[in-house]
Amino acid sequence: MTATLEPRAIGRGLARRDGGAKVRGVAIYADETPVPDPLFCRIVQATVARGRVSDVDTAGATALDGVVGVMTSTEAERLASTDDAELAVLQGTEVGFRGQIVAAVLAETDEVAREAADLVRVTYAEEQADARLSADRGDLYTPESVNPTYPPDTHEGDVAAAMAEAPVTVEQTYTTPMHHNNPMEPHATTALWEDGHLTLWDSTQGVHPVRQTVTQIFGLEPEQVRVVCPYVGGGFGSKGNPHANVIMAAMAARAVPGRPVRLALTRQQMFSLAGYRTPTIQRMQLAAERDGTLRGIAIDVVEQTSRIKEFAEQTGVPTRNMYAAPNRRTTHRLAALDVPVPSWMRAPGECPGMFGPEVAMDELAAELGLDPVELRIRNEPEVDPETGKPFSSRNLVACLREGAARFGWAGRDHRPGMRLEDGWWVGTGVAASVYPTMRMPKSTATVTYDGGRYVARIGAADLGTGTWTVLPQIAADALDVPVEDVDVLIGDTDHPEASVAGGSSGTTTWGSALVEAVREFRDKYGEDPHDGDAASGSVNPNAAEEDYVMSAFGAQFAEVRVHADTGEVRVPRLYGVFAAGRIVNPRLARSQFLGGMTMGLGMALHEQSLLDPRTGHVVNHDLAEYHVPANADVDDLQAHWVDEDDPYVNAMGSKGIGEIGIVGTAAAVANAAWHATGVRVRDLPVTLDRVLPAR
Amino acid sequence: METELTLRVDGATHHLRVDTRTSLLDALRQRLGATSPKKGCDHGQCGACTVLVGGRRILGCLALAVAYDGAEVTTAAGLAPGPDEDHPVHRAFVDHDAFQCGYCTPGQVCSAVGVLDELERGWPSAATADVAGGPDLGDPEALDREIAERMSGNLCRCGAYKGIRAALAEVAEGVRR
Ligand code: FES
Ligand code: FES
Repeated sequence: MTATLEPRAIGRGLARRDGGAKVRGVAIYADETPVPDPLFCRIVQATVARGRVSDVDTAGATALDGVVGVMTSTEAERLASTDDAELAVLQGTEVGFRGQIVAAVLAETDEVAREAADLVRVTYAEEQADARLSADRGDLYTPESVNPTYPPDTHEGDVAAAMAEAPVTVEQTYTTPMHHNNPMEPHATTALWEDGHLTLWDSTQGVHPVRQTVTQIFGLEPEQVRVVCPYVGGGFGSKGNPHANVIMAAMAARAVPGRPVRLALTRQQMFSLAGYRTPTIQRMQLAAERDGTLRGIAIDVVEQTSRIKEFAEQTGVPTRNMYAAPNRRTTHRLAALDVPVPSWMRAPGECPGMFGPEVAMDELAAELGLDPVELRIRNEPEVDPETGKPFSSRNLVACLREGAARFGWAGRDHRPGMRLEDGWWVGTGVAASVYPTMRMPKSTATVTYDGGRYVARIGAADLGTGTWTVLPQIAADALDVPVEDVDVLIGDTDHPEASVAGGSSGTTTWGSALVEAVREFRDKYGEDPHDGDAASGSVNPNAAEEDYVMSAFGAQFAEVRVHADTGEVRVPRLYGVFAAGRIVNPRLARSQFLGGMTMGLGMALHEQSLLDPRTGHVVNHDLAEYHVPANADVDDLQAHWVDEDDPYVNAMGSKGIGEIGIVGTAAAVANAAWHATGVRVRDLPVTLDRVLPAR
Repeated sequence: METELTLRVDGATHHLRVDTRTSLLDALRQRLGATSPKKGCDHGQCGACTVLVGGRRILGCLALAVAYDGAEVTTAAGLAPGPDEDHPVHRAFVDHDAFQCGYCTPGQVCSAVGVLDELERGWPSAATADVAGGPDLGDPEALDREIAERMSGNLCRCGAYKGIRAALAEVAEGVRR
């Protein structure tokens, strides 16, 4: 148990420190880094999903005025490490998926680079591609672990027996489609190789992780590589690991020493190179008593990975901790396909993995004629069902009750398809949210006293999450000084090493490092330091993790209207209530929750990447066809939280909040759509063709 | 093929030579270092590149620079009356936390300024009940619908729409008074 900081700056809804720069547009993102006379790099992508590059004709491209070079697998430098096939850019002729980088052009202007890339002629020895995901495939396999290190399968008791014996059962299959993160800032890098030193101004969720990958791949020493990223135009996981574009940019820069190179992916290119969420097939089983008590719960997940690199989304994992039941099973099976490499997208595991279970719970409530809020409360576990350990704090029930009160849930007629108002079917739905509280093993901060101010440094990232603002609040309370007297500098490998902004772990991890650094500082210099006094500290493992399971919980309530004639689906109300420890900055936290819920609304109603299994191509690869929520899609959207005092999580008492907002939203909306129309949609998104009542 | 043109950007005059294929957005970002407008899609699908030309909002990625010879372009960086001053929309965006990552934000801000002008002129939108009478600014709900409709060309993946609507409503209130 850590002593929780006395909150003075913590808990205040301070405005963003980088706000003024962002509203003017003078905050500098990777592709805008002012560098003298940059070259522009444009990539050429494979147009087949499987096969070999047999020939690359660069004559047309090199003949253009302004073209500095064309890079193919023949000319490109040999990398020191090619273990990661996604990052082994231009190291061979094999094509692992459609959209893989097969050549790149460097030119004096972007226009010329683009034209030249179009003129590169690539010939392939094409092979039959296999890109169709199905639960019936004969070659599904069990991964060694699922992201990041969970066992793929868990079994307890006998779910089959529980299903056979229980008076009420639900057995259904639910699917979520392929999703793309689509941060508004395309993945981009400005790179410079000069005097044996590589500088990458990269759009990333972690400058140190990028440096680590790049040093490995190019066989460089850490001192030779600097990665800088003060601002990130969103990432939602896709910028958590460097993708092939970063390696390509570094490689291009190394080919033209002394000359900066810019490489920004186009929106279309992001659909094959920047990662995505795998489609999932979730077979659910619930066995219950007449009073709703669960006797058994199981989820069997089938999803895809790329043939060239495994990423196993932990879709079944949230089912392990959500509800009590003596008989339990979770499994994951993968199909390795000729498709782009999947990766992290906001709440990997929890986000897709709380769709099937939370719709199944709604189906069970309907079977039982029970209030779905009440059904969840009846299955609230005393301790973590998987490990038997207590939760450090678990306030799902409080969220459900608070949400029900705010939403006006009481007195709801639970029967579906009963309310037709002005030509719209109206319904309401609920679903639970969960996200584990994570702490990364490595992060260090330094604190320096300088001219009456405290300056902390840590290579952390702010992807809109508020790091620039929140870390000073934490440092100020640790130092016991006004927050105005504290600066925290982030986003540069010249600062001490920080972990990736992922797993909603940033504030916990970096904040803990800051608190340790401050403790060292005060131990050394007391309350009255001199200019130049400096100390550093690192995040420690949390001993309480031995004894407690730590998670944030939430409940989301949706009102859905479905037009009786057109099937148009609207969500006039969406309320989320969360229990996520102490909220460090309410103004910024609200934005995080609302942002997650908005992305969840997109998952519910709009988002699906359509991969043509014949060609391995995401056909709707732009923002006109991959629909994300627009302003008018959002109506009465509210985020609230219940007070939670958790002494075990960290010195701030905080839990991660960046991802939980997207968890459960789609299930709440789908459940409300059923309540409105009586049509149960088990395959996302809830589009008009799926939800219009059959007549 | 290259051609010469003159652009006035945020009050400063620039003479430049560009490839005739250059978009206004790339001329600003890549030639002039005016990187306040962002590139989110380069296809007119996201609004991140929104700038004001003669007070009206346009998408810089869908405009060819050569078609804007002599134009007066205002970006979110040039809206404030002075370097240390705020435009009311800037202030409202910060107050309502109408952004997170900030990448869509300069486009949202320019769009917002354009929308406020459209509303003041009484231009109708798809959300206007009485097209001939123009938008009903006196009714907060009608105003909210107008703002939601008119701002829907500016995508925000961080999902800051609620803050954006609140920020605009606040400034629109001020305009009306
Ligand atoms: S960059 Fe112009 S609309 Fe997206
Ligand atoms: S603030 Fe990030 S996309 Fe709008």
